[in-house]
Amino acid sequence: MNELVVQTAGLTKRYGTRLAVDRVDLTVRRGEVYGFLGPNGAGKTTTLRMLLGLIRPTSGAATVLGMPAGSPAVTERVGALVEGPGFMPYLSGRDNLAVLARYRRLPVSVVDGALERVELSGRGGDAFRSYSLGMKQRLGVAAALMGDPELIVLDEPTNGLDPAGMAAMRALVVDLARSGQTVLLSSHLLAEVQEICHRVGVIHDGRLLRESTVADLLGTPRVQVRAEPVEEALAVAMRLAGDDGVQVDGAELLVALPEERSAELVRALVGAGVDVHSVHPRDRSLEDVFFEMTAAGSGRQMSEEKVS
Amino acid sequence: MTTIVASARADLLRVRKWSATWVIGAAWLVLMVLFGYVFNYVAYRSGSGSFATEGVVGEALLRSVLPANVPQTITGGTPMFGGALMMVLGAMVASSGYGWGSWKTILTQGPSRVAVAVGSLLSLTAVVAVTVLASVVLALGISTSLALVEGVDVVLPSVADLGQGVGVAFLVLLMWALFGYLLGTVLRGPALAVGLGLVWSLVVENLLRGVGNLLSWVETLTTVLPGTAAGSLVGSLGASGGPEGAPGVLTTLSGTQALVTVLAFAVLLPLLAVLVIRRRDLA
Repeated sequence: MNELVVQTAGLTKRYGTRLAVDRVDLTVRRGEVYGFLGPNGAGKTTTLRMLLGLIRPTSGAATVLGMPAGSPAVTERVGALVEGPGFMPYLSGRDNLAVLARYRRLPVSVVDGALERVELSGRGGDAFRSYSLGMKQRLGVAAALMGDPELIVLDEPTNGLDPAGMAAMRALVVDLARSGQTVLLSSHLLAEVQEICHRVGVIHDGRLLRESTVADLLGTPRVQVRAEPVEEALAVAMRLAGDDGVQVDGAELLVALPEERSAELVRALVGAGVDVHSVHPRDRSLEDVFFEMTAAGSGRQMSEEKVS
Repeated sequence: MTTIVASARADLLRVRKWSATWVIGAAWLVLMVLFGYVFNYVAYRSGSGSFATEGVVGEALLRSVLPANVPQTITGGTPMFGGALMMVLGAMVASSGYGWGSWKTILTQGPSRVAVAVGSLLSLTAVVAVTVLASVVLALGISTSLALVEGVDVVLPSVADLGQGVGVAFLVLLMWALFGYLLGTVLRGPALAVGLGLVWSLVVENLLRGVGNLLSWVETLTTVLPGTAAGSLVGSLGASGGPEGAPGVLTTLSGTQALVTVLAFAVLLPLLAVLVIRRRDLA
């Protein structure tokens, strides 16, 4: 599990005066689903393009499957969908995959399996140009899956999919990880990443702000309590969660305790004569963490539209 | 080597199933039949000269549509419309994938960039070869039919003559296709590549040859241009040039010099295209 499938060291890409990717050191381990998280324009796709050898880094290095990124011996063991599906519009979905199967020196029989996996078998004979956005996206994923590559790079794979399609795509990614394939998934959909990724790397303005497991990133879960008087409630909560474990948020307290300890907290509060009006768990979402991190990383608050 | 073959097979599949390939090939065949057979034969039957056949006696008109003239017929249109059409094909084959994003997809499949590029160039070469073979078969079929209709002996061209005609047609069409491929690769879009390529092959070279009459250094320059070389190579086969003959057919260079120049282009153009593809960022 700890074998590194992707490793970059000081990976940098500069376009003129603009630094698109700035000294990124990321690691993806074998068998994990790695979420590459960041707002539009953060440098996700540029980084992925460097990992696939589509563009050359200005400086730094990237190793994929133990070899320099982009070398033919690597790319034939990697499946990728980067920045939208790129296919011949006049060819059918099946023929587009057949062309790619020839490039990969795979038997044409893999094509039907790949189409089936993304539920496109029924429309495989139709021209790519007649596909909906979601179908095009699924064909792109089908292409990435052909030949069971060791590493699958999916750049925003749920773009253009309807809710059912998004759920199916998430299930597919989880399934891939279960079968031992490593998935590097870039997304700006935080809930999606939180749901399916083992580890995440957060990139903003070209810099990798943090890389850790989702659990570490989210930290200790919290319980939100509305109780009066606040001062006494605070003292009781601090006894249970520690001095740094309680945060006052207006008339409410945020107590760093797991949900299963909320009954204990309520008992303690009531025992101390505090009136408890409401108690409910308030887990930090990846979105909360992300906003905190990117605001700190860039020194400015990001607007919500930028990540939605 | 296996990756080059795999890439060529893959590229051939997408080119073969592309209607543009068939439209361009068909356009070439239609034009060849029109200018090589229909106009001459109708003029011969009606006994009146046309703008293209004025001053040519009936016997010559008939000879031009008989099987023995097939080498000249299949090469006569290559310097002008044949080359232009293949230039369009080459430009489209090379450049459309940048807009569609399909080159990006293809270059992440495993074969090296050089293998993908060489494979694509080989598939383009195969399309040109098939086009030439189709021209020969069609020309032989039509000319033999006309000979039978006219009740004259069916005299086929000698194998050497036919081989020479096929070789010249192939080289000239291939050179223009490769010219288009390089333009398409450099410009990454079919519209600009096709537009500039056509202006070059149909207008600029002719203008330069005109200016060459006034300035000797321009004249020297025109001798190494692809249009001059292609026109002269076809001219060396005896296809008629000048105002009465097929446009673009020249006698500026000797056959050998023209052949060397065309071959040099056929090597240099794909080499440059491969170098560009190997070096560039696909962003």
